[in-house]
Amino acid sequence: MTITINHYMVVSFLLFAIGFMGVLVRRNFLTILMSIELMLNAVNLNLIAFSRRLSDLTGQVFSVFVITIAAGEAAIGLALTISFFRQKKTLNVEEARTMQG
Amino acid sequence: MSEGVLLTGAAGWLFAVFAVLALGAAVAVVVARNPVHSALFLLLSFVLVAGIFILQQAEFVGAVQMLVYAGGIMVLFLFVVMLVNPGVVALDKAFQTQFDLALVLLPIFLLPFLYILGTEKLPDVPVKPDAFRMVGQKIAGNTEAVAWVLFRDYLVPFEVASVFLLVAMIGAVVLGKRTLEKMD
Repeated sequence: MTITINHYMVVSFLLFAIGFMGVLVRRNFLTILMSIELMLNAVNLNLIAFSRRLSDLTGQVFSVFVITIAAGEAAIGLALTISFFRQKKTLNVEEARTMQG
Repeated sequence: MSEGVLLTGAAGWLFAVFAVLALGAAVAVVVARNPVHSALFLLLSFVLVAGIFILQQAEFVGAVQMLVYAGGIMVLFLFVVMLVNPGVVALDKAFQTQFDLALVLLPIFLLPFLYILGTEKLPDVPVKPDAFRMVGQKIAGNTEAVAWVLFRDYLVPFEVASVFLLVAMIGAVVLGKRTLEKMD
C-alpha cells in the first residue's frame, strides 16, 4: 500500500480535529488538557511527515521543541487544575465563571 | 507523483493500522466518561504515534515522544486524576452546554483544509532516502543527524527551551502551593 504525504496530512488533521472538539465540548478540566496534548501530537505528526517529504531535518528538531513546550505546559496546566479544584471542589469548567481567586 | 511516496508495501499497511488505532484512541479520549480511561487511551495514542514516527525513520523523536509524553506527562496526568478523583460522570453531564454549536462549527473548520488538500502543490523534490541519517556527507544514525542540526543551527532555541522549563517548574511549584505565605 502506497502512503503519500496526503495520507499523513489527513491523519494529522483528523487527530487535530478530534482534539479540537475535545477542548470545545468536554466539561472536565483534565479531559480538556488531554485534548490539548492530542492537538500537539497531531502537529508533531505533520511536522515529521513534511520533514521526511522535504528531506529536511528542521521538522524533527522543531518536533523536539514542541514536545518540550508541551511538557512544560502540561505541568503548569495540572498545577492550575489542582489549584482550581481546591477552590471550587469540582472540576467542572462551567463553574469557572468569575475572575476572582 | 512517484516522488511523493513516503511508505510502500508492508510499512504502508502498518502505518494504516497505527493511524486508525490512534484515531480510535483519540475519539475514546474525548468520549470516555471516566477520566482514568481518557488518560489511558491518550497513552495508547501516544505510543501509536511514536510507532508512526519510527516507521518514518525518525527514531530520535519517537524515543523522545515515548520518554517525555508517555513516560512523563501521562504519569503526571494520572497522578492528578487520582489525586482529584472526579469519578465516573454520566454521559449527559459529560459535555458542555455548547456541544451542539461545536458540532455545527466543526465542518466549517474542516472545509478550508479539504480545499488546501485538493489544490496545494508541494515542491517536486524527490524524497532522499537517507536524509534522516546524514551528518554532513557521511551516514551516521538519526540521533547524530538531529544533534548535528540542533546544536549547530538551533542552539539558541535550545537554550531558550531550557530556560522555559525552569520557568515552568517554578510556576508549577508556586501554583500548587496550598497557601501563599504573606511577605512582610
